[in-house]
Amino acid sequence: MHAFDIDAVRLALPFLWSGMITSLTLLAIAMTGGILLGTVIAMLRLSAPRAVAAIAAGYVNGLRSVPLIMVIFWFYLLVPLIIGRPVGAFVSAVIAFTLFEAAYYSEIIRAGIQGVSRGQMAAAQAAGLSRLQAYRLVVLPQAFRRMTPILLTQSIALFQDTSLVYVIGLHDFMTAASITANREGRLIELYLFAAAIYLGLCLAASQLVQALKRRMATS
Amino acid sequence: MTYRWNWSVLVTEPYLGWLLSGLTWTLLVAGTAWIVALLIGTGVGILRTLPSRTARALGTVYVEIFRNIPLLLQLFLWYFVIPELLPAEIGRWIKRDLPMPEFWTAALGLGLFTAARIAEQVRAGIEAVGRGQAMAAAASGLSTAQAYRHVLLPIAARNVLPPLTSEFLNIVKNSSLALTIGVLELTGQSRQIESNTFQGIEAFTAATLIYVLLTMLVIAAMRTVERATAIPGILARA
Repeated sequence: MHAFDIDAVRLALPFLWSGMITSLTLLAIAMTGGILLGTVIAMLRLSAPRAVAAIAAGYVNGLRSVPLIMVIFWFYLLVPLIIGRPVGAFVSAVIAFTLFEAAYYSEIIRAGIQGVSRGQMAAAQAAGLSRLQAYRLVVLPQAFRRMTPILLTQSIALFQDTSLVYVIGLHDFMTAASITANREGRLIELYLFAAAIYLGLCLAASQLVQALKRRMATS
Repeated sequence: MTYRWNWSVLVTEPYLGWLLSGLTWTLLVAGTAWIVALLIGTGVGILRTLPSRTARALGTVYVEIFRNIPLLLQLFLWYFVIPELLPAEIGRWIKRDLPMPEFWTAALGLGLFTAARIAEQVRAGIEAVGRGQAMAAAASGLSTAQAYRHVLLPIAARNVLPPLTSEFLNIVKNSSLALTIGVLELTGQSRQIESNTFQGIEAFTAATLIYVLLTMLVIAAMRTVERATAIPGILARA
C-alpha cells in the first residue's frame, strides 16, 4: 500500500473541474430537454388518438427496457450516420441522454397528470378552454407543482448516469478522474476523491429535495 | 456516409457465439448480483424499521452511501481501490488467485448497489403492513424477531413484489456496466462485434432485441410469482 498523495488530486483540479462543467452541462440539457419531451409524450399517451398514444407508449417501454450504455452506443453510432458527418461524443451523448431520460420523465409526468382530478380538466373545458389550453393553464401547473420532488430525484439519478459517457470517452468528471488516475498511477486518490465529490453533491441535493417535500407537505 | 448492411454477420461464427456468450454473462452477472442484492437489501431494509436507533442509523448510512455514488464509480472502487486498501494478503488473493475477478467484482458491486434500492422497497413494504399488525403481534406475545418472521415479513414480501420486478429489470440493464471492468456481457460483445466487423447496427439491434425479450420474460415471470403468492383478502397495496 502506498502513501496517500493528495497532490495528485490538487494538480488535476483544473482538468477535473472542466470535466465537472461537462457533466453539469449534459445534466442541464438532458434535464430540460427530457422534461419538455417527457411532458409531450405523457400528454400524447393520455389524450392523443389511440394509434399515436400506442406509439408514445412503445417509445417509453422500448427505451426503458434497454440499458443506458446500449443507448449511448446506439446514438454514438447513429448520429454521425444520420447527419452525414462526425459530430463528436458530446452531441451524441446529449441526444442519447435527452431521448432516454424523456422516457423516464414521461412516466413521472403521466402519473402527475393523472393525479390531478378529472374534474379540473372537465371544468376547464366547460369554461371554454381547448384541451391544449386546459393542459397548459390548469392541469400541468398543478401536476408539476406536485411532482417537482420526484422529477428532482430522477434528475439526481440522471446526474449519476452522466458518468456513463465514460464508455464513449467524453471527458466528463468521472472520465477526467479516470484519465488522471491512470496517467499519474494514482487510482486510489482520484477514485476516492471522485466518490467523495459525487457523494457530497448527490447527498446535498437529495437533502434539499427532502426539505422541499416536507415544506410542501405542511403548506 | 453510407452504411453497408450485412445482417448475416449475426449468424456467422464466431459472432453468433459472441452474442450467446454475452447473453450468458449478462445472466450470470445479473443473477449473482440479484442474490446478493436480495439478501443484503432485505437485511438493510429490516434494519431501517427496527426499534433500535443505532440499527436504523446503520441502515440509513448504507442506503445513502450506495445510492449517491454512480454505479460505474462504485465498480471502479471495488475493482481498483478496495483491493489496495485491504490487508496485503487479501488484496493479493483477490488480484492473483481469485478466478474471474472481473466477474465477481461486477456481480458483488452491482449487488451491493442494488441492495440499497431494494432496502428502500423492503422498508416501505414493512411500513405498509401497518402499526396495527406489529402491535397485535407484540400483544399476542411474539418477540420482535418472531413478529418479523411470522407477521411482518410474509406480508411485506408480497407488498414489495411489484417494485422488486422493476429492480430486477434494473439489475439486468445495469449488468451492462460490467463491460467497463472487462466482463464481455451482451452490450460488451455487441460493441466488440461492431469494432471487428463495422456492422454496428446489426450487432446493436441483436443485443437490443435480446434485452427487450429478457424484459418481457422477467415481467411475465414476476406476474406469475405475484399471482401464486397472493393472499386472498390482503391487498398488495396497503
